[in-house]
Amino acid sequence: MDNRAPLPLSRRTLLIVGVVTATAMVLPPFISAKACAANAARPIKSSVSLSVNGEKRDLDLDTRTTLLDALREHLHLTGTKKGCDHGQCGACTVIVDGRRINACLTLAVMHDGAKVTTIEGLGTPEKLHPMQAAFIKHDGYQCGYCTPGQICSAVAVLEEIRAGIPSHVSASLTDSPQLIASELQERMSGNICRCGAYSNIIEAITEVAEADL
Amino acid sequence: MRPFTYLRARSPAEAAALAAQVSGSRFIAGGTNLLDLMKLDIETPTHLIDVNGLALDRIDTTPEGGLRIGALVRNTDLAADTRVRKDYALLSRALLAGASGQLRNKATTAGNLLQRTRCPYFYDTNQACNKRQPGSGCAAIGGFSRSLGVIGVSAACIATHPSDMAVAMRALDAHVETVRADGSTRVIAIADFHRLPGNTPNIETALAANELITAVTLPAPLGGMHIYQKVRDRASYAFALISVAAVIQQDGSGRVVLGGVAHKPWRVETAESAMAQGAKAVADQLLAGATPTPENAFKLTLVERTLASVMAQARTHA
Ligand SMILES: Cc1cc2nc3c(=O)[nH]c(=O)nc-3n(C[C@H](O)[C@H](O)[C@H](O)COP(=O)(O)OP(=O)(O)OC[C@H]3O[C@@H](n4cnc5c(N)ncnc54)[C@H](O)[C@@H]3O)c2cc1C
Ligand code: SF4
Ligand code: FES
Ligand code: FES
Repeated sequence: MDNRAPLPLSRRTLLIVGVVTATAMVLPPFISAKACAANAARPIKSSVSLSVNGEKRDLDLDTRTTLLDALREHLHLTGTKKGCDHGQCGACTVIVDGRRINACLTLAVMHDGAKVTTIEGLGTPEKLHPMQAAFIKHDGYQCGYCTPGQICSAVAVLEEIRAGIPSHVSASLTDSPQLIASELQERMSGNICRCGAYSNIIEAITEVAEADL
Repeated sequence: MRPFTYLRARSPAEAAALAAQVSGSRFIAGGTNLLDLMKLDIETPTHLIDVNGLALDRIDTTPEGGLRIGALVRNTDLAADTRVRKDYALLSRALLAGASGQLRNKATTAGNLLQRTRCPYFYDTNQACNKRQPGSGCAAIGGFSRSLGVIGVSAACIATHPSDMAVAMRALDAHVETVRADGSTRVIAIADFHRLPGNTPNIETALAANELITAVTLPAPLGGMHIYQKVRDRASYAFALISVAAVIQQDGSGRVVLGGVAHKPWRVETAESAMAQGAKAVADQLLAGATPTPENAFKLTLVERTLASVMAQARTHA
């Protein structure tokens, strides 16, 4: 932050100087001093192994790569979408180790060994996941851009309700949450739909929830 | 985003010591605030220390009858913990009022406390901002200030702290446990944890450089009625304009803390003795000396009305 003070030197030069100084100290054996010295100048790679839709994938990635970019740009699983890239829209929602998260706000290297489920892993055109089938039946989309995120989120929402996790609109914190529209709306609020297919999305989720009862 | 080296720490003390060895180090927990700011070149660490593997994800009962919440406990898990739901409902309610299901699944207790302001000028690197770039000025003063602070502000910064959870933690008298690079540990009362902006809005908490939060503790349950009321521009997935966290006892006495009005959760203990005189009396004392801008003066009225609503709810349920 202070590096931004008025300076004759470029910011980049200052950063490099700062880091070179740091390497004079003792670094732990598992981080190379060389990589550290270079980190203001060029990308730093790290290997990561993910289990994506049941398949083990080994990657050598720039440490800056988000999970979203790893899926889309490196594994070419483009079903997961990038909307805002800042945690604000939910288009990038995937399920990691059983929980829905925003793939744009996490680094791939932080998920070594994790199990990732994307829209491609939920179902296939021949064998749709019930949530995918319900979205089609109820017209739960128009352009379809938010849909993979909506569907991954919806599948996880039903799990969260089953697990008894309360929400902002739950009347009681101690009773099991109810399967009602207001609960689904609140829990799906992290998925924005620019086309406004919200009411049909709630109908689709409700149908799957009721079939599971 | 600028390049950085990445390392997984194996123990809390090691994480703090490792951070001290490389200048430009930062801890990363859920990453939901840090990565957002790194993409915008507002945070520019050159070395990230991942603290997710430190086994700080447990909630334990303390000998005093309270709870010790690990720094890495996810917001979802904290809100859903049966002990928290039963005895610290205020905390569950505040957490559930924040962010989205996806974000709460990642966000951690420590990361939530340390999340940075949502001042629009802090986020815009083309604007002057003393918090982002000390000495550059404050574009928010005289700018678009509707969402910003009304009390405890300074001539250098009028930002607010955006966390809902922290407001509840303040009402519950939480304590923050830490470990420093030299291995020493300490406990910081939540009242002293977040700072007012003063002339150094870039310094936001009492933490030293490379000091790692290991846990947040809560004293034994307070009983009473727990209410967190958040007022925002839409019903879900939005930051607070203002919020009220209250624990109100059968006899009408209690505690009240405000969110969305200051650089830290805003509590004035003496104001709580005015509870019997009603919302206006409490609000007047809580907000005495407020210096709102024309754009955010509505927050003063909003606080009083929200407080009235909270106190009415407590009476109906008492
Ligand atoms: C779209 C959106 C909407 C949101 N809405 C809300 C809302 O309505 N209410 C609300 O309260 N919040 C909201 N948030 C913010 C969210 O709660 C925070 O991003 C989250 O709590 C940060 O936690 P984290 O673990 O991801 O932190 P990180 O991003 O990992 O870290 C944040 C900071 O804490 C430091 N840090 C992390 N762990 C430690 C530790 N153990 N010791 C020392 N330092 C540490 C990091 O170095 C970093 O500086 C929203 C966020 C987004 C993106
Ligand atoms: S109010 Fe604070 S955070 Fe916002 S522009 Fe001014 S100095 Fe920056
Ligand atoms: S792309 Fe991740 S939330 Fe918008
Ligand atoms: S279907 Fe177009 S954004 Fe949702």
